[in-house]
Amino acid sequence: MNALIFSALSGVAMMFAGIWLRTNNSIRSLAILLSLVNIVVTFLELRGVHIVQVNTAGMLAFDSFALLFILIAQVSTLVFFLLSSRDMEKVGRNYPDYFALIFFILAGVAISAAFQSLLLLFLGIEIMSIPLYILAGADKRNLKSNEASLKYFLMGSFSTGLMLMGIALLYGATGTFNLQGYVYDLANIPVLLIAGLMLLLFAMSFKVSAAPFHFWTPDVYDGSPSVFTSYMATVVKAAAFIAFMRLFAESFGAIKTEWKVLVGIITAATLFIGNITAVFQQSVKRMLAYSSIAQAGFMMMAIYALNSDAKEGLLLYAAAYSLATIGIFAVLVKMKDQTFDGFNGFARQQPLVAATLVIFLLSLAGIPLTAGFLSKFMMLRATIVEGNIWLVVFAVLMAAVSVYYYFRLIQAMYFRESNQTLALDITPGFRYTLVGVAAVTIILGVFPNVLTYWLYF
Amino acid sequence: MPINYYIFLSLALFTIGIIGVLTRRNVIIVFMCIELMLNAVNLLLVAFSKMHHLAAGAANSTAGIEGQLFVFFIMVVAAAEVSVGLAIIVMLYRNTRSVDINFLNRLKH
Repeated sequence: MNALIFSALSGVAMMFAGIWLRTNNSIRSLAILLSLVNIVVTFLELRGVHIVQVNTAGMLAFDSFALLFILIAQVSTLVFFLLSSRDMEKVGRNYPDYFALIFFILAGVAISAAFQSLLLLFLGIEIMSIPLYILAGADKRNLKSNEASLKYFLMGSFSTGLMLMGIALLYGATGTFNLQGYVYDLANIPVLLIAGLMLLLFAMSFKVSAAPFHFWTPDVYDGSPSVFTSYMATVVKAAAFIAFMRLFAESFGAIKTEWKVLVGIITAATLFIGNITAVFQQSVKRMLAYSSIAQAGFMMMAIYALNSDAKEGLLLYAAAYSLATIGIFAVLVKMKDQTFDGFNGFARQQPLVAATLVIFLLSLAGIPLTAGFLSKFMMLRATIVEGNIWLVVFAVLMAAVSVYYYFRLIQAMYFRESNQTLALDITPGFRYTLVGVAAVTIILGVFPNVLTYWLYF
Repeated sequence: MPINYYIFLSLALFTIGIIGVLTRRNVIIVFMCIELMLNAVNLLLVAFSKMHHLAAGAANSTAGIEGQLFVFFIMVVAAAEVSVGLAIIVMLYRNTRSVDINFLNRLKH
């Protein structure tokens, strides 16, 4: 609960910071400080120290799964601030407001990680989405940004409509919004319940951009200002997955046979479309958008399996994927030319940054010794335990395809030449933060227990 | 009145909303259709709330109240969404002098 309260208060503080703080440097420092405070508060809560006690009447459950994910989201946000906050200045004039909106998104993330009632699921998803609509359109004079914002907004509210209809039908069938309140008579499952379940499944697939509902993703990610795409594609998507996982594990786990096949098909389709389309992209940003769809396919396997492996794996996946993608985007924002050719000869000019990029790309592709490998491994193991070997074989094949487009970037950086200066101001601080994030990626890949340990103690 | 009537009515409204979102070209009308979808849900929630209230009988006088509470939250969130959405539409209009949704297809290249 403290995580939620403090991130909301931080958002309000950032809004007022725009009045009192004159320079962008002080605003940035305040945001980083508040982000650190949030991390400390969440960590204390994870250790059982509550600064404020609030009775949520059973509507929110801050268990170790929720708190650990909130911690991952907050650390990713801190990394995002450290790497990319300087580039936010270029987007528009409302610098403190961007930070405020990001803190409000974190409040939404806290709700959607911990909800125990469908009402809170709805509120959490909306609190995450509405600031994002604004951030997507932050570059007001840029038509592409306008389009992205409008498209995201229309798709987002359309899927909210579907989700609400699903919730209403579930309420009609069961008379409660409480996740724990669903009792099933397995021989006789009401039609309303199945209809509601399907609508919720579709709406959540929209939010996480799983396959038949992914069509908005590339356009929105491509059109939004790159700094915010980075946040949109990582923390928010992972939070939507955590909400998806909690919803299906806690309320529909008992009637798994009803939806298992459908989720399996969605998973396979997401893996296929994401990976195959990513191969044909020329712009690195668009490639990353399709790669985020492909990674969503892997995360869908956790929803398919729903066992304890899947739970651990999803958290590790959220951390690995968020850190790697935020790192790649942070470098991409600084590039002059954002196509694959724009990276030609990058390793010669920025050897250290190129090396960290390689680690991030290896992690996304799932090469051993990186966090990406272990998280993919856990997803596959969870699915095997669940008994679907074909999905696993297909996922491994698709992971092999993904190596192609990730390595294409490595090839451009190391084996092609270019004489122009490629990147704008890369400061030493930026470099060291990138190295730190890359080190975390490796540490999580070798000792995943550093993270998953907290799930049980 | 049986609950089925309410279910059919709100599903009809909801479907009209979906069809409107998928077929209309004017962003404002698409937007109104989304609101129609949300209001169909509100109607359904209120109907279900009454149904659960009647089913619980006199013993439990607060049964079904959460459905009506949910409606208030939908209204508040819809208002927040409208304010952001209209701001986006105004921003778009300032740049293009049009509110036609075909504009969105330009992103695909």
